[in-house]
Amino acid sequence: MKNIQVSTTSKKPIYQQLFEQISSNIIRGDLKTDSLLPSIRTAAKELRISVITVKKAWEELEQKGFIYTIPGKGCFIAKLTEHEKEKKKEEQILSRLKTHLSYYKSLGLQKEDLIDYIKKYY
Amino acid sequence: MSILEIKGLTKTYPKFTLDHVSFTLEEGYIMGFIGANGAGKTTTLKSMLNLVHPEDGSVKIFGMDMKQKEREIKHRIGFMFGETAFYSKRKLKQITSVVKGFYQTWDESMYQDLLVKFDLDEDKKLEQLSQGMRVKYSITLALSHQAELLILDEPTTGLDPVARDELLELFQELIENGKRSILFSTHITSDLEKCADYITFIKKGKIVETATKDDFLDDYRVVSGTEEELQSIQKDLIAFKKNSFGFNGLIKTVKLDKYPEIAHANPSIDDIMIYYAKAGDTQ
Repeated sequence: MKNIQVSTTSKKPIYQQLFEQISSNIIRGDLKTDSLLPSIRTAAKELRISVITVKKAWEELEQKGFIYTIPGKGCFIAKLTEHEKEKKKEEQILSRLKTHLSYYKSLGLQKEDLIDYIKKYY
Repeated sequence: MSILEIKGLTKTYPKFTLDHVSFTLEEGYIMGFIGANGAGKTTTLKSMLNLVHPEDGSVKIFGMDMKQKEREIKHRIGFMFGETAFYSKRKLKQITSVVKGFYQTWDESMYQDLLVKFDLDEDKKLEQLSQGMRVKYSITLALSHQAELLILDEPTTGLDPVARDELLELFQELIENGKRSILFSTHITSDLEKCADYITFIKKGKIVETATKDDFLDDYRVVSGTEEELQSIQKDLIAFKKNSFGFNGLIKTVKLDKYPEIAHANPSIDDIMIYYAKAGDTQ
């Protein structure tokens, strides 16, 4: 699988890493609509991770509407409208932003401080 | 479907008891069986296979009872234990000719293919093979009689990192079709990080936990804090270590809610094993 890299030493659960990477590939259009996703067992072997972990990631992708399953054939990339892509992009930005913001808040950073950081380093 | 179902397996020795060991393994998955040396891994595997005779408990493989269908079950499994002294002076082709006599399901062309794939020389004696090659030979025999369940005792012990990685990749290849399962014991936990779907952890003859690897890791957190914080949390810790900054300890994730302020991180499998080793016999 191209463009997918999981780290077993990261704090983030592996299924979460997989979900995020594949879903952003779909949003960016790198994974084309209706193309076939590798089977759970093949992906597990290729990425050297547990079958159950891949299953969990695939389930999450399906639940969030990124892929669909045809029994006996496999999982395929769902068709997302531009509007849906924007919506999903926003969801992902928000979920990531939330964890980052709680970290900055724990360091005592104010909104203005953070905006200054962004202006300086973005 | 459960390919393997063990319930209440008990075996008493003068200085060690295998105490009501239970776990199950589904078809198409890899289970790592972990525990310190002497925790009972080999005894469990041997009791399962009736190589030593358990006093109590039941073992079902492929849905059949081991006590009633031992012969039938053993035709469909492959197992490997560390000691190979009986045959070590024999050439592989001599061993193979004995082994294949046992199995009606022997597939000679599969056997020949695997010899090539694993670069095994049939004219070598077993004792001349490296540890990695011995494991591959065992797997070759198992696959050639079309084993659906592989039970391997410490297959990665003594392998260098490259050979170990190759072997784990092979394990994942073997279960890719979803029909075969592998149960292997190890104390090298990085083996499990890579390929295990399930983990069963044994300590002093008792099962501490059996779960999917993700749940197993998710059930524990490593916490750290000051000496004062240790006072309040100590009773809920499985074990802890003091250091010059304060302490580090292992806690069940469910108990973490009581301590919202405490710093915590995800453990490695090693962390869990090490803290349990420190914990008293009461755990």
